Amino acid sequence: MGSITLEKVSKSFGTTTVIPEIDLEIDNGEFVVFVGPSGCGKSTLLRMIAGLEDLSAGRIVIDGKDMSNEAPAHRGLSMVFQSYALYPHMSVYQNIAFPLKMDGQDKATIDKKVRDAANILNLANYLDRRPGQLSGGQRQRVAIGRAIVRQPKAFLFDEPLSNLDAALRGNMRLEISDLHHQLQTTMIYVTHDQVEAMTMADKIVVLNAGRIEQVGSPLDLYRSPRNVFVAGFIGSPRMNLIEGPEAARHDAATLGVRPEHVKISTTEGAWKGTVGVSEHLGSDTFIHVQTESAGKITVRTDGDFTAEHGQPVYLTPDAPRMHRFGADGQAIQRT
Amino acid sequence: MATLQTRATARLMMSPAVILLFLWMIVPLAMTLYFSFLRYNLLMPGTEEYIGVVNYQYFLTDPAFFTALGNTLMLVGGTLLITVIGGILLALVLDQPFFGQGIVRLLVIAPFFVMPTVSALVWKNMLMHPVNGLFAWIARTFGFQPIDWFAQLPLFSIILIVAWQWLPFATLILLTALQSLDGEQIEAAEMDGAGVFSRFYYLVLPHLSRAITVVILIQTIFLLSVFAEILVTTNGGPGIQTTNITYLIYMQALLQFDVGGASAGGIVAVVLANIVAFFLIRLIGKNLER
Repeated sequence: MGSITLEKVSKSFGTTTVIPEIDLEIDNGEFVVFVGPSGCGKSTLLRMIAGLEDLSAGRIVIDGKDMSNEAPAHRGLSMVFQSYALYPHMSVYQNIAFPLKMDGQDKATIDKKVRDAANILNLANYLDRRPGQLSGGQRQRVAIGRAIVRQPKAFLFDEPLSNLDAALRGNMRLEISDLHHQLQTTMIYVTHDQVEAMTMADKIVVLNAGRIEQVGSPLDLYRSPRNVFVAGFIGSPRMNLIEGPEAARHDAATLGVRPEHVKISTTEGAWKGTVGVSEHLGSDTFIHVQTESAGKITVRTDGDFTAEHGQPVYLTPDAPRMHRFGADGQAIQRT
Repeated sequence: MATLQTRATARLMMSPAVILLFLWMIVPLAMTLYFSFLRYNLLMPGTEEYIGVVNYQYFLTDPAFFTALGNTLMLVGGTLLITVIGGILLALVLDQPFFGQGIVRLLVIAPFFVMPTVSALVWKNMLMHPVNGLFAWIARTFGFQPIDWFAQLPLFSIILIVAWQWLPFATLILLTALQSLDGEQIEAAEMDGAGVFSRFYYLVLPHLSRAITVVILIQTIFLLSVFAEILVTTNGGPGIQTTNITYLIYMQALLQFDVGGASAGGIVAVVLANIVAFFLIRLIGKNLER
């Protein structure tokens, strides 16, 4: 139980429109990620679904019921905030128990639910501590614990991992994905990090300036981005976007080719260039090449390839995997 | 070596100020202590002699002392009650965005800048006066018998005036504390299904607890020695109904010219203040541990 439908939802503050009309369908049990650059309205959209921001127009339907004007508590959703928003003067136990207490459940039920949640999240040993005595990852788990005890129809995550260091972020990403498989509850997750989006999502919603650019599975978006923005945003390192005569040669205003779809050779190829910076990651090497005809191109090659700075090389793009975009930025369908 | 020398120099440089401040405090205290053991009446100059603890005996067995002690505690407690509760409510109101917020905030702070004698006179003559006062006029407008505040409710009137003066202070401290409350916490509580009152009780109040402690501590220090308001309005009366310890000592020294007795009273007041401070510091320490 937890399908959410947005119908012509829009939001404006005074005269500035943050989100022009959006339609979106989220199915029960889906893990949906809103991704986009900062200031694109993804957090606002999430807060509108939560009920923390009013709608300027449109409807939000949760499980077939119109919840557009319902108070946040009555929508049956729980949210994990970026700052975790734990209650600092309450112990971990009291934090997790708070929504149940507000719901008026009896002590024994609360105790059981809190301990269950604590076991799922490995917090059983920390129940008496205060949030100030916990590490970042533990606080994150408490915030999630507080969200799951209510057994909501859907979880909303507002950039929950942005305050953690890289290693911990990787761990928590796995834990949240695991949790989703365990609970099978709808989750909406906001992030500006496309890696999080690609690794966790069933469905990615790419937002730009309040508009939905594309909705699809991670691999859909990777394989067939609908426009230049999505092409440039999804994938790491970024897709090479080539403009000018080289693009025109392929009947496009912009030509896109991913770094992993370019072959590099010291002897022959389509584009001649010189090696700039090489980034050695061990498993892969990213080589930034300044080409004569196509401008600056990033190439992803295996970790054994070495190239001197300034060395002449030849690049060959994998033609079937090139993306062509028209002057309006939209993808041109392959014929 | 350099740091040792620097430290020594620093101490040397600081010492004049520290010594001056120390003397400033210790000399009056020592003299008061000394006078409290003397028979020292201004009407009988030249007859000063050591009489032991007789002054203390008289002061502590004086029935007026216990009344004054009770009045002091009532005055402090009543004022604290009004200012803390009123301060929280005002701070909650002023925290909301509304038109003319800046001006209203300024006006709320204003009473703090009015000196005690002036505000007491204004209250006495313009507000609480049974004939010319604003309150009397309001009462008559609605057909009630006007209250003669200083005759019927003398101590409560004093509490009201002092509370009016200290309300801005409490409001200011509590408002700044309120503004530092994390908005996401409130939103999280909202999503957790907490209503307005639950949010206030479980989030706002615990958040304010430290600020409330500070307000209580600072106000208690100043309220123990309320004097001007009593002198200007009731002169401790009717009878001794509004006499607090400070005013009692004033009566001993400057109305009965008994410097020895007043000094003994002063020392008693210092001891009492320290007892109160002891409990307050413990309260604060407990609150700061969190």
